[in-house]
Amino acid sequence: MASRTATEDDIPDTEPDLVPSLDDLLLRFDEGSKRAAARLISIVEEGRPEALAILDRLYPRVGGAIRVGVTGPPGAGKSTLADRLVELLVRAGEKPGIVAVDPTSPFTGGALLGDRVRMGPVANHADVFFRSLGSRGSLGGLSLHTAEVADVLDAFGCSWLLLETVGVGQSELDVAQKAHTTLVVLVPESGDGIQAMKAGLMEIADIFVVNKADRAGAEKLLEEIELSIDLKEWLGWRPPVFLTEARGGRGVEELHQALLAHRRWLEEHGMLQQKRRQALESRVRDLVEDVLHRELWQNGTLLQSLRDGLDTIERGEDSPYQLARALVEQGRAALAVRRALERGHPREPKG
Amino acid sequence: MEEKIRVLIAKPGLDGHDRGARVVANSLRDAGMEVIYAGLQQTPQMIVNAAIQEDVDVVALSILSGAHMTIFPRVLQLLHEAGADDVLLTGGGIIGPEEMEELQRMGTGRLFGPGASLSEAAEYIREEVRARRARRGD
Repeated sequence: MASRTATEDDIPDTEPDLVPSLDDLLLRFDEGSKRAAARLISIVEEGRPEALAILDRLYPRVGGAIRVGVTGPPGAGKSTLADRLVELLVRAGEKPGIVAVDPTSPFTGGALLGDRVRMGPVANHADVFFRSLGSRGSLGGLSLHTAEVADVLDAFGCSWLLLETVGVGQSELDVAQKAHTTLVVLVPESGDGIQAMKAGLMEIADIFVVNKADRAGAEKLLEEIELSIDLKEWLGWRPPVFLTEARGGRGVEELHQALLAHRRWLEEHGMLQQKRRQALESRVRDLVEDVLHRELWQNGTLLQSLRDGLDTIERGEDSPYQLARALVEQGRAALAVRRALERGHPREPKG
Repeated sequence: MEEKIRVLIAKPGLDGHDRGARVVANSLRDAGMEVIYAGLQQTPQMIVNAAIQEDVDVVALSILSGAHMTIFPRVLQLLHEAGADDVLLTGGGIIGPEEMEELQRMGTGRLFGPGASLSEAAEYIREEVRARRARRGD
């Protein structure tokens, strides 16, 4: 039984993990503890109150990692392909992190996160960090906090981040916003899905992969994709198309080179900066909306007015549009009052 | 809102029957938990690596090969070395009552034998995690 691969952390951490303070956690994170990193990820993913302070503190160290989104329909081989890429990256001396999202049941809130099953032995390499996330109600293919989770791993020292979406077909804009390079993985059986591709995937792909290329129809799909690409006008980067067999590793090296080429292209054309700025904008926007949203519904009055209003609508005495307008007014007024109170408070102690 | 319960389900060793593990995985998902399914042929070190990175509350092992008296203690030890004593180690398999007692003395949680009820297992996990979180001050 000599199959002991890398141990968890180089220095085993034997002290019992009772109520670790946030500072402790951040200290251990700085020392490279994977357990601390995993804990911080959970806090960020849960959106707990400490999350913002953590992200704020880590922010200066965020930005080094190359972020690649991996998306495509269910069963296309995204996880297997990611596994092969990770193998290659580790051999090249990189420190890859994988964030793999699987769907959360909207009915029970539970999720079966199965992307780990596809990972080979490389998942246990000391330089690899693999984290599974439930989509938790987010519909864009990732989860609400995927970008923040990626930031934690970026600050932890991961040099590449693979963001793997749930199996999607149409609503994958999310990943294109959060990754620098978006990899769209299809299989020969996706042939008929070319319509869907035109709708969504076509516009976000920086690189196309036809995986399971040993199956019938791979060449045909490749041609169809090339044709669709040719029908569009490309000002800069024209997405290349690759045939791969992730299981056997065929085509993965070429894919790796294409990822690097796209990275260089982004850098040379100032696109990386532009993408970062866009991501930053949507991040700040999300944060603001999140706070406002929470403040708005925080005290139950507005919710109560909403429920009362529903009664009135059901009695035929009001319309949803009138009610919404009244609630907006009420919400604004409540926020204004709270604001005034907050402004008033700090002055009190000074007299 | 209560923090999600995260469970790692794995099948250590060489026996290739993961039907039971899959049934349990599904049932815990339906109970509202996030279940990370690690699959077959996992070594104790792989299991603990995954448990750490996934920051799970629970590791649940399915062992049908008869190796439970070796594997459970080994996983406990590796969890301890990783500073993750607060993770609940539970599981199921063909384990006699004396052996169950002995394993629990070593520090595993409740273990489940053939014919155990799925909902009981889910309920046990929920209560045990709640208690451990309360102790940890979450």
